[in-house]
Formats: sequence, structure tokens, C-alpha cells
Amino acid sequence: MSTFWSLWIIILTVVNLILIFWVLMANRKVAVSDDEDPENKKTGHVYDGIEEYDNPLPKWWFQMFLGTLIFTIIYLALYPGLGSWQGLLGWTQINQLEREQEKAAENFNTVFGKYMSMPIEEVAREPAAVKIGVRLFGNNCAVCHGADAGGNFGFPDLTDDDWLYGGSPEQILHSLVQGRVGQMPAWDNIIGEENVIAVSEYVLSLSGQPHDETQLATGAQVYAQNCAACHAADGTGNQVVGAPNLTDDIWLYSGTAAGIRQSVRSGRFGNMPAQSDKLREEKIHLLAAYVYSLSLDDSE
Amino acid sequence: MKNHDIVEKNVGLMVVLILVAISFGGLVEIVPQFFIKETTEPVEGLKPWAAVELEGRDIYIREGCHVCHTQMVRPLRAEVERYGHYSVAGEFVYEHPFLWGSKRTGPDLARVGGRYSDAWHKAHLFDPRNVVPESNMPAFPWLFDNILDGKDTAAKMSALRAVGVPYTDEDIAGAEEAVKGVSEVDALVAYLQQLGVLLQQKR
Repeated sequence: MSTFWSLWIIILTVVNLILIFWVLMANRKVAVSDDEDPENKKTGHVYDGIEEYDNPLPKWWFQMFLGTLIFTIIYLALYPGLGSWQGLLGWTQINQLEREQEKAAENFNTVFGKYMSMPIEEVAREPAAVKIGVRLFGNNCAVCHGADAGGNFGFPDLTDDDWLYGGSPEQILHSLVQGRVGQMPAWDNIIGEENVIAVSEYVLSLSGQPHDETQLATGAQVYAQNCAACHAADGTGNQVVGAPNLTDDIWLYSGTAAGIRQSVRSGRFGNMPAQSDKLREEKIHLLAAYVYSLSLDDSE
Repeated sequence: MKNHDIVEKNVGLMVVLILVAISFGGLVEIVPQFFIKETTEPVEGLKPWAAVELEGRDIYIREGCHVCHTQMVRPLRAEVERYGHYSVAGEFVYEHPFLWGSKRTGPDLARVGGRYSDAWHKAHLFDPRNVVPESNMPAFPWLFDNILDGKDTAAKMSALRAVGVPYTDEDIAGAEEAVKGVSEVDALVAYLQQLGVLLQQKR
């Protein structure tokens, strides 16, 4: 803050305090005990024959007023308020925050540090760590993946053993730290609506759903030319690019005929935001362990 | 008693004295903020909103998002832990008006940029219960049908420039073209995705 504005604040504040004090003292009077004293008794205001006494302020009120003035002076001496004056305590809202964070870090770092030094597979078998993971997941992941990690339309279910990018601790950690971007291009302008329908029937057949047999030959051909590169020739997908397995009954978007056509026609875009610049390493470690523990229960 | 009489019997004088008495607070607490560099200097990297983001912000205001969502992370541990770096004055120097809000029915949005994917925002705006079953936020499906024509965008930018937002002539000239044909939901998501991304801190 520049000297001018600092002085501006200091002078105005001090002048204001002095004026308040002056108004208080200038209007001060002493209680008149003699009722017959004609000078001090009434204000001279008469309303419908009712006269007004000119009494002093109640003592408690006057003293409270003085008290607030004294409080102000002490407050302005201790805390930053008068321009550039930092206050005798050196308090700022930022250093208060930092002190609280340090105190919290002391508490949490022992816990976080302990799990940080353990591999994710082991942390995932620690009930206490998983409990922390549930809370972290609720705060940071649940809005997309659901409070039960069961996923949502377009947001993968993390509780099953079907993984878009792999379910090993390393892969889960990678997904968390660097995020994932899964993009399926829109095909309607490339292959045309007829082929969209044909290939969708073929995709239905991959997962053994009812489909139109007459479209299969065309569909298979379109699939081999355009889709197999990512989803693999047999439709089992590819975890390197996050192309889903099309042969099972787990669908990231929709497994109905209309849903598959929509996916083929307009493409899909999935984006898991990278957490490395958002969450601390220790928290990501615990989250990875929690997510890993979810599929652990299935396999054991 | 005599002086009291003078003030009490001259309404004009009383008005003047009242104005003097109540102006101290504003002169000390508000006026310096217009001039000191802590509140008038933008944080590093702060740019005026792109045309589409500006329209998104107006949709944010129109739909009353600020009534339930604040945009102000206070320097308290619980808030910094949940939302990220506390808000600083330099982030808001191009805001007219501020959308700090005062009521948190929903979470604070000051650092929501980049936290969720665009797809999530759209699913959530179409019907929040799609992704958060326990949410009590209203659904905004009409944002998907309304298409912006960008006719007023340039005028809005000129008005903001008049109060100190450094839009260039090119920004204003290209505004209508940039906005035309964009759906309201895309504009709103573009606005949300840039909120608070300049100050990042690991939670």
C-alpha cells in the first residue's frame, strides 16, 4: 500500500475516533439531583403539555461507549487496520491459514507418510487406508464415478474387473496422475448412415445381442476397415488407447441398438482430468489403492 | 442544548452532518481499494473473457447460478482443502459485476475450471441427477436448445472496455462471428472451465 493511502486511512480513522469521542464528551452532562433547579431540568420541548427532561446518558450506556473506543484502540494496535501498520501480533489471515495447515499437516503426514511408503497392493488391503480412500473418493471422484464408484453413463464403473486402460495399480495411478482422454471419432460423414446401421448390427452381434442377420456381412467389412484398429479385430478392445471391449455386456455409453448407432454416428469423447496438479501425491496414492481395492473384492 | 437546537431545527444541516458522519467508513474501507495495486493489478496471466466465455457468463447470471454458488474461496483451511488456492483480488479485476455470491446451496465454483470434463458438465446441466443422484440443483435442459446469435456480444465487450477491461478492437470485431451458432450450454461450459485456473495449488 502506498504511503498516501496508508496515511489517508490512518488520518481518517484517527480523526473519526477523535470526533466520536468529542461528540460523546461535548454532550455530557451531570445528573441534576435537585428537582427544583429550573435551568437543567427540562429541554424546553413541550408536546401537548408533556415536557421532556434533559437527562444525561445512562451510565451503563456511556461506559459501554467508552469501552468500545478503548477496544478500538487496542484492536488497531494489535491487528492490521491502520493503513500499512502490521499490528503488534503480526497476524494476517494468510499466516493464520498457514499455521492451521501446518498443524493439520503434522497430524496427517504421519498417516499419509506411512501409506505412501507402502506399495498400492498392500495399502489396498489396509482397512484404515481404504476408509480414508472412501472419503477422498467421495470428495473428489464421486460426482462422475458415483458415490459407490459404480459409474454412470460415460463415466466408467470402477467396481468391476473390466478396465478401459488397465486395472493394475500402475495403470490406475497413471489414470489418476495424468488423466485419460478417450476419443472415438464421428463416423457418419466418413462411412455414411447405411454403414453406421450395418456396423452397429455387427457390434450387437459381438456381444451376442439380437441383431439383423442381413446386415452382418456389410457390418463386418466396415468394422474391419474402420473399427478394428482400436477395438481389435475380435472386438475385445485395446487398453492402450482406451477402446472399450465390445464383446461383453458392460457398456460405457449404451449397448442398445440406438445407443451404439449414436456412438458410431457422432463419436464419443471421454476425459478423465489429470489430478497431478490438483491433488497431493499422498492422496492420489490412497485413491489409487481404494480404486484397486474395489476390484480386489471381486477377484478374491 | 443550544447546538442541538441548531442541528435539529435545520434539516439541511442535519443531512450534511449525517453524510459526513457516515462517509468515514466508506472513505477508509472502500475508496482506497479503487487505487491500491493489491486490488487493481490483475494476477499473472489474467485475460479478459473470450467472446464465448463472456456469453457463458451472462447465461450464468441469467440462470441465477450465483444465487446458490459462490465464487470466492476464503483463506480457511477447510475451504482451501476442498476447493484449492484461496481467491485473491487480482483474479477479479475484469469482473463487472463480481459474482462472488453470498450463499452456498451448491459448492463454490471459483476453482471449478478443469476439475470436471466438458461431458460431465453437460450431463450435469441437462439434469444434475444424471450424475449426482442426491443433487437438488435444478435441471437446465433449454440451454441445449438455445443457440446464441452473438448480436449483442460486441456491444457487451465495448461496455466492459469502457469500464476498464482491455478488449482490443479485433476482439470486439470478431465477437459476433465467434459466438454465432454456439449453443448456450457450450458457452456456459466454456465459461466454467476457465474459472480459477490461473492459481493452482494441490489440495
